[in-house]
Amino acid sequence: MGSVILANQYDNIEAGIVAVLEARVAAGAQISPKAKIARDLGLDSVAVMDFVMDIEDHFDISIPLDRVAEVETVEDLTRAVEALLKDKG
Amino acid sequence: MSIFSKFDDVRSAFESLTSAGRNPFGIRFDEILSPTEAVLDGRRILLFGTNNYLGLTFDPAAIDASIEAIRQAGTGTTGSRIANGTYSGHATLERQIAEFFGRKSAMVFTTGYQANLGLISTLAGRGDHLLIDADSHASIYDACKLSAAEIIRFRHNDPKDLARRLRRLEGLPGSRIIVTEGLFSMLGDTAPLREIAAVKREMGAYLIVDEAHSMGVMGKHGRGLAEAVGVEADVDFIVGTFSKSLGAIGGFAVSDLPDFDLLRVVCRPYMFTASLPPSIVASVTASLQRIATDDLLGARVQANSRRLHNGLAQAGFDIGQEANPVCAIRIADRDLAIGFWNALLANGVYLNLALPPATPSSLSLIRSSVSAAHTEAQIDTAVSIIAETGSRLGVLSENASRIAMPAAE
Repeated sequence: MGSVILANQYDNIEAGIVAVLEARVAAGAQISPKAKIARDLGLDSVAVMDFVMDIEDHFDISIPLDRVAEVETVEDLTRAVEALLKDKG
Repeated sequence: MSIFSKFDDVRSAFESLTSAGRNPFGIRFDEILSPTEAVLDGRRILLFGTNNYLGLTFDPAAIDASIEAIRQAGTGTTGSRIANGTYSGHATLERQIAEFFGRKSAMVFTTGYQANLGLISTLAGRGDHLLIDADSHASIYDACKLSAAEIIRFRHNDPKDLARRLRRLEGLPGSRIIVTEGLFSMLGDTAPLREIAAVKREMGAYLIVDEAHSMGVMGKHGRGLAEAVGVEADVDFIVGTFSKSLGAIGGFAVSDLPDFDLLRVVCRPYMFTASLPPSIVASVTASLQRIATDDLLGARVQANSRRLHNGLAQAGFDIGQEANPVCAIRIADRDLAIGFWNALLANGVYLNLALPPATPSSLSLIRSSVSAAHTEAQIDTAVSIIAETGSRLGVLSENASRIAMPAAE
């Protein structure tokens, strides 16, 4: 039961991230969990940082820079957001 | 695979940049004639991108002091501040800077970059929280990499976003340290320092302000934006440089906090590099004396800033609202900006070209910085060359469409 709720939360986070990302990438870009945010979706380093700020606002969290540095794919970001939301309680 | 293959993207961007004309990162002046003129490829050009805000690089008193110092103390100290590299001149300069800012203590660093690197990375330790403006200078970002603290960026010049981020930290241990700049070096906008100081007071944090581009330029006594907006008491640390208004090289930090001098034995970018040579210490000391006593310099750079800003605004360029010594024409099309920069140089005006990702909001910038040493005639000449070239290349029409429909910040 608990794992179902957690799985749902993960999916909700991912859906939120994809929605924020769609507003920033070129139309037709393939956003998938394994998509690399900078390399595959065509965001330069400043655009990535601006996107991260949108994500922070969307989930009302701050993602410290060292955590941002570890993020490469949509999946990485989903896990980072999930962990930060969990810390927040 | 070469060790350099990780830079393939940079290489191709750089090649496309230089194929359009000159290499903007490789300009070599044959001769510097004055703070406002140089010779490039045998031609005289006007300098409008040097950060030489007060035009003191050829100040006779500074030059004489510098030459005298070399004769007396030699060309270099060959050692760090904590070993053999502190002479009486370094100590005198530190007292003089502290006095200029009305603070108890000052530390002199070898560059402005190292002042930010050292102060910020050392103050913010493990478990502390650094909150930096998103448009911060590279030296602030590099300080964050060197620091063991948690790094949080707040939206550029957005005190509400800063407050929101501080609120998210409620209940967590550790100091909060806010970092912002007086005058931002790329767009020439100033920080909303009164509002940031209010957030700082309300939420409980330390505040560091980098006045690199505002010292000597803003405030009644030239102490920067904090003085100009009356919040010096809220600023715990001011960082600055000798390489702009003071016409040399070097950096400093000042504070009233009682244990500030402890930094001298824990701050690695201060401890593990050679100190400034006597000639630099002497010219900075002389130039600091000049700006502390000559109010006309600050008034002149401000009047010149307004003249350049008015000229470019009237011509129809997309520039910021504030008439500050840094003024940047914003261009959405990178290739247009590169062509514009090359054409301006061919027509005898040197400005700075700044391209994404080194710029905010993915904009390309033709950045000018004005000096107290510019004559009104030089400014008017530059404005007419910039306007004529901008009109011919279509920069003005590109700007006009953007001014009509401003992009959301």
